Amino acid sequence: MSGKMELSPGPVGPLPLKSLGQTHQQAAPSRSTTAMWVGGSLVFKTLALVVFAFLLFGPLANLVLWSVAERWYAPFKLPVSYGLRYWEVVFRPTGDAMSSLVTSVAIACLTVVVALCVSVPAGYALARLKLPWRTALMILFLLPQAFPSVAIYINVARVFYSIGLTGTIPGVVLVHAAHGLVYSVWIAAAAFAAVDKDLELAARNIGASPLRTFFTITLPLAAPGIMASAIFVFLESLDEFTGTFFVGVPQVTTLPLLLYNASMGGNYQIASITALILLVPSVLFMIVIERFLKADVLSKVGQ
Amino acid sequence: MARPSFFGLLLIAPALAMIGVLFLYPLGFSLSSAVTGPGGELSFAAFQKAYELYSTDILFTLFIVIVSTLLTALCSIAIAGILTLSETPWLVAILRSLYRWPLFIPFIVAAQCMRTFLAKNGLMNNSLVALGLMEPIQATSFLDWRGIIITFVWKQVPFVTLMLAGAMASIDRATIEAGRNLGASRLRVLIELVLPQVAQTLLVGLVLSFVTMLSVLSVPMMVAGSQPTMLTVDMAFRINSYGDYATANALGVISYVIAGTVAWIYLRHNVKREAQI
Repeated sequence: MSGKMELSPGPVGPLPLKSLGQTHQQAAPSRSTTAMWVGGSLVFKTLALVVFAFLLFGPLANLVLWSVAERWYAPFKLPVSYGLRYWEVVFRPTGDAMSSLVTSVAIACLTVVVALCVSVPAGYALARLKLPWRTALMILFLLPQAFPSVAIYINVARVFYSIGLTGTIPGVVLVHAAHGLVYSVWIAAAAFAAVDKDLELAARNIGASPLRTFFTITLPLAAPGIMASAIFVFLESLDEFTGTFFVGVPQVTTLPLLLYNASMGGNYQIASITALILLVPSVLFMIVIERFLKADVLSKVGQ
Repeated sequence: MARPSFFGLLLIAPALAMIGVLFLYPLGFSLSSAVTGPGGELSFAAFQKAYELYSTDILFTLFIVIVSTLLTALCSIAIAGILTLSETPWLVAILRSLYRWPLFIPFIVAAQCMRTFLAKNGLMNNSLVALGLMEPIQATSFLDWRGIIITFVWKQVPFVTLMLAGAMASIDRATIEAGRNLGASRLRVLIELVLPQVAQTLLVGLVLSFVTMLSVLSVPMMVAGSQPTMLTVDMAFRINSYGDYATANALGVISYVIAGTVAWIYLRHNVKREAQI
């Protein structure tokens, strides 16, 4: 098999599609060795899959175990005693965790609002209006994701410190919104590009103003894509650690910071329960994302 | 529509302002701060100090990120290859439903998972001992450079595999079947027929993973606490312990250079490719 292969059916003529996989077994083995080979292959595949699943879910299983372990120390392979005591500590209305959860969700919601306010107009302009250096502008929005972010955040924190924004909710929201801008702008642009232009023209033809066309035709049709970008920004904000670590301390404690502090303080139960709370939206998102991000929008992302 | 739309520029202005203030300005600040001496003159003293204190960590960071990227490539090619070429439907179905799970798990949660899973008395060692594959005395903690690499690969493989499997699904099945008809093994079909057609996608996924791993702070902090460590942790340490912005920014510029080199390799490959077409 050197170089390019001819696509001719070959000397055997057109094969039925089912037998394609077996044609490479030239020598016909006896029935018993075939059975052994198939059985061995089955065992091997199952074993490989089990090892893969263990490596994939083992770390998560360990997390779940820690969240329900009341006492667990060195020589014991499994927790010494189980219980939901730490769940009660975390969900106690006056506890740190509940206030962190409220802070996190509030910051994420504000971040979505800020990001959508700037990215919906920007996305519409990138998709529908003639802009100079359009590609360069698109790449500009990608840059905050493509640069090692720690070096950026330490300087943002320094600038924010001089104007009193460190340790405040607005400061953290701004950092998160800038970080999520690539998703919101790119997906919003793709969503607007996927809207059929003829529908807008039809609305204009029967006398709708440009603004009315936008709010009654374009925006509702682009809404699922914009919703997807909002979910992306929400999750990015909820999971963001580095920016909050530099800009938010010491007053603003989001869930990732609580997780970090608990884990470094050796309180694995609190850290694990916080981690599980953070997992819920991520897993939900993975399940529903395909509903929001339709193929026609997805194919236009980044164009 | 021939001339640039003023209205369009007006619409995009707030987003551009945000990038300018929250990204470009701090970026310029970090570059200038790295090459400015205490008296405001041009000076490379910060780089010299960064090199003297952290040359081991620079090499350590490069080692971790390069090894993780290579392992990610290997795992992703294997999984995407099985998804595309396997003739066992149940294996493909189970693998497809499994491999995506870590995709949306935040780095900090992944770090906490691995912090417990890979510890000396973590679930990994305990399971191996319980299965009789290892003596309890042999159990060692993986919470060092190996832990960082395992966490990065665990987190990045689904992302690269998703891109790669998508690209592999869209290539012409006829070339694969022609290769199989001519008696090539599936491994050979994967390496010689499928991979060259999806190399571009693989490269994009790996470049994005590389830069992501270079910028993560939580994983090296939580998974491996001791020296040597990665540049992100050193930067945070310089700031939080000494308020030493010059050295921290010099380390920042070094990480830009590493990320920039990878982006340059990618772009050069692209230019070459376009020249060939």
